[in-house]
Amino acid sequence: MSNIKPRVRIPKSAKKGEVVEIKTLIEHKMETGQRKDKQGNKIPRKIVNRFECKFNGKLVLASDWHPAVSANPYLAFHFRAEDSGEFEFRWVEDGGAEFTKKAKLTVS
Amino acid sequence: MTETQLTLSRRQALKGASAFALTLMAAGLLAPGAHADAAAVDEAIKKLVKGTPTEGKIKLDLPQIAENGNTVPVAFEVDSPMSEGDYVKSVHLFAEGNPTPSVASFHFTPQSGLARASTRMRMAGTQNVVVVAEMSNGKVYMAKQQVKVTIGGCGG
Amino acid sequence: MGNTPRKYALVGLVLAMAAGAAGTAVAEEKKDWGAYKVGDKRSGYTYAAPETRAMQDDNFQNPAMLWAEAGEELWNKVDGEAGKSCASCHKTPDSMKGVAVSYPKYVAAKKGLENLEQRINRCRTENMKAKEWKYESKELLGMTVFVRHQSLGMPVNVKVDGEYAPFFEKGKAFYNQRRGQLDMACKHCHEDFAGTQIRANLLSQGQGNGFPLYRLKWSGVGSLHRRFRGCNKQVRSTPYGYGSDEYLALELYVMWRGQGLPIETPAVRN
Repeated sequence: MSNIKPRVRIPKSAKKGEVVEIKTLIEHKMETGQRKDKQGNKIPRKIVNRFECKFNGKLVLASDWHPAVSANPYLAFHFRAEDSGEFEFRWVEDGGAEFTKKAKLTVS
Repeated sequence: MTETQLTLSRRQALKGASAFALTLMAAGLLAPGAHADAAAVDEAIKKLVKGTPTEGKIKLDLPQIAENGNTVPVAFEVDSPMSEGDYVKSVHLFAEGNPTPSVASFHFTPQSGLARASTRMRMAGTQNVVVVAEMSNGKVYMAKQQVKVTIGGCGG
Repeated sequence: MGNTPRKYALVGLVLAMAAGAAGTAVAEEKKDWGAYKVGDKRSGYTYAAPETRAMQDDNFQNPAMLWAEAGEELWNKVDGEAGKSCASCHKTPDSMKGVAVSYPKYVAAKKGLENLEQRINRCRTENMKAKEWKYESKELLGMTVFVRHQSLGMPVNVKVDGEYAPFFEKGKAFYNQRRGQLDMACKHCHEDFAGTQIRANLLSQGQGNGFPLYRLKWSGVGSLHRRFRGCNKQVRSTPYGYGSDEYLALELYVMWRGQGLPIETPAVRN
């Protein structure tokens, strides 16, 4: 589990008031719970069900995911830059495991 | 924190619903491969948002024909100033022909700057994709588009 | 006379519409594919849907880059009794630039061909005194993707003469040999009917320049030999093993068919 590494791409810097794009990608099978293994047993559901992006501790965007989100989930969204600070990205898996990533943004 | 907990319990409710559907399936009451339909999506929308959706404000970016149902790119943008007083609160993504209608929900804040997101979704076949947006003033908008999912000739 | 260009335009439009109705293949033919088309050779990229191409074009969106990153991490990781990592001998990954274009290669000690996966494993067992990685494991796919990615855009350039000749002939024979319950050879789909549709899928030339690649169907990365196995199963024939002599010879022939096409690893395909 611990070797799941999320990827995040943000611009290094932004002008005050600029709306920038943030891209995220995490390696995950997103097991739907609908599939069966070769013996015919149901493979239990295991997906990333929640994503959050905070900036300086304040929520920017949250997203709830269901099994219909593709494997290796990709999400791109936007952020209005006002002050310099740090992003915190968080992915939560069924069962509560979390994967996080941080990234700094300089606003001029 | 309350926000998070609310969302969690909502999700658990949905999880419960799908677990129930699976039980029905196991009992042979629902044909295997049963999928959601327009009515199930309406039901899911009612569970998630108050008010009746009207058309408009939402721009969808979806392929007309998807090469593979495993990974269909989907993007939307909701027309909004995204200011403290007027922003898009949540956008919900549904698929009418999947085993369960809900695909994802996106909760925006004024800091989002733009109510746009792009992701990739699974589609069990040709079907409508429905996007519902809840605005901070309580208004609800909706958009719908059909995506044809091609049936592979060569599995490999 | 003044009417003629308009008439032609109309005929053209009708033809284009007919082509459109028949599928996208004909319409796409006219596109300028740049490096993805060399003479008659067309990368699988040119048969992919625009959304799939977009996923490959953006390094960030390409999910296979997760495998490449895993490979990069392993590059610096010490493993095995010799206490070495890849970096101990090869220093920086750019030392691998151009390496991928000539695989599979003839190895005298083996009196046979060796592909990049096997070369990586030989490095591990002989030089690092480490265990082999399993075919299709995250590690071997990751490292193969990472090493091949260093040659991104460089033209495939395999040798087929000299000691390679018998293997090339063997691969060619495999390619043209009917097999399985469906009694089909590789060439039937990928040579005779490339560019036409098999049900709703567009048949490609079956080029190998983008492997290992992210396949939407797999929702993951897989090797060329995995694809061979899939194709063989699809015509209801028993697949050969990963790294088998049969598939090594086929790999050589397939890479030669795409001689000059750019290394695209990791590509994204349907």
